[in-house]
Amino acid sequence: MQAYDKPLPRGEDFNGEFYRFCKDHELRFQRCRDCGAWRHMPRESCQACGSFNWAWERAGGRGQIFSWTVIHRALHPGFAEELPYAAVVVELEEGVRIVSHVLNLPVDALRVGLPVEVVFDDVTPEVTLPKFRPL
Amino acid sequence: MTLKDQACIVGVGESAYTRGSQKTVLRLVLEASRHAIRDAGLTVQDIDGFVLSSSYIYQEALAANLGVSDLRYSTTVQMGGASPVTALQSAAMAVSLGIARNVLVPFGWNGYSEARISRRERPDATPRPDNALSQALRNYYAPYGALAPVQHYAWLATRHRELHGTTDEEMGEVALASRFHAQHNPRAYMYGRTLTMEQYLQSPMVASPFRVLDCCLETDGACAVVVTSAERALDLQHDPVYIMGIAEGHPYPADDIPNRPDFFKIGLSFAAPHAFGMAGVTPQDMDFAQIYDCFTYVVMLQLEALGFCGAGESREFVKGGTLRFDGDLPCNTHGGLHSEAHVWGLNHVVEATRQLRHEAGLQVEDCELGLVTGWGDFGDGSLAILRR
Repeated sequence: MQAYDKPLPRGEDFNGEFYRFCKDHELRFQRCRDCGAWRHMPRESCQACGSFNWAWERAGGRGQIFSWTVIHRALHPGFAEELPYAAVVVELEEGVRIVSHVLNLPVDALRVGLPVEVVFDDVTPEVTLPKFRPL
Repeated sequence: MTLKDQACIVGVGESAYTRGSQKTVLRLVLEASRHAIRDAGLTVQDIDGFVLSSSYIYQEALAANLGVSDLRYSTTVQMGGASPVTALQSAAMAVSLGIARNVLVPFGWNGYSEARISRRERPDATPRPDNALSQALRNYYAPYGALAPVQHYAWLATRHRELHGTTDEEMGEVALASRFHAQHNPRAYMYGRTLTMEQYLQSPMVASPFRVLDCCLETDGACAVVVTSAERALDLQHDPVYIMGIAEGHPYPADDIPNRPDFFKIGLSFAAPHAFGMAGVTPQDMDFAQIYDCFTYVVMLQLEALGFCGAGESREFVKGGTLRFDGDLPCNTHGGLHSEAHVWGLNHVVEATRQLRHEAGLQVEDCELGLVTGWGDFGDGSLAILRR
């Protein structure tokens, strides 16, 4: 098998915790224990109420396409074989938005509002990336 | 008290704009700085403040090479391409409060020969130092192949296009206006190279909706301006150009593009009301606009944020030559980052100053008032409203 040669998340601190859940095929985001607000990227405190109390709560994994770009020129050689590929912004039902790939969807079928659900791609033995597929 | 009319731009200068300067960044900055100081009618001994943008050069080296022996004020703005216009704000504060007398605002880089985006993401490239945006980039964007501004800002452009129906030809209006202006500017990298809509539409896609010709140039070069108090400005070489309104703004959150509650509320959306309010003027009073043009669509988003048109109306606004020097809003009359050079928009400040002195290459007739915007990082913004 060819070595995975794309950039990997650094996986430290809160970001490492996010990706450790992904490795277990769980999509979890921080949620404020005091006001209930979800958030992504992970942060120290709640931007809605200032609370330091939070937990990693499991998201339903469903959402819709919010925006995208179809990339025709690879700025990293690891993506050269994938061209053209789309870097998609997905809005989850919980309200948080995440950059990802949508599998099994031709790039010219991308639409704002298209419903998608999470799938997990074990790209290396250590790292799993959350991706999406059309519902 | 506000900063309105407290400070003036009194000197401007630049290095040559090239691809392959064969010079250090410091050398380019020194050349531009000496030109700007001489243009002001000042000597190096008169300079006692620096406001730098980013960290390509350090104030210690700049002072030592220039011969500034009594540096009273030095700071560095970290807002990416929005830094040079924000730097004017810091310089205006310093001279109006007497913290420094004459402040040099320089910027330079080898944006082609050392810092090309297409080369920096290679696995063998030197890793870039961490900054405020690294967490989002390394952990949440790069693993999906979204590594550079052309891809990140494309998320804004795609959604805006989908909601408002903007066409490729409308985006092309921005690129064509800049290229047209550059044909009158011998300093411009694209001087002598005209552009038609057909050529624009044939240009290859990089990251949709951005084609190669939606993107700014990658060039080597430096600019510098000198800011002094309104009082001292009256005794200098040129008609002073007054900083009438100035503000910076940051989108929220500034370190992650997707999770903004209002996706199109950019830094400039926050800065514009402050700068216009300070100046006591409106967008409709502007005789020209030098708008940070890293990408065509970013200009269109800024036209809306500035209030020249409503949300979704920039596509109509740019049609029919509005942005050309003989149109309703002459925009990037030097050629901008698209066709003059990419000097992080400090070249826009230089051009605005020359327009208001009535010594520009492509002079907007009888202009009295104009604006300059900055845009950087994940959509930080800044706005200077200038008058003669």
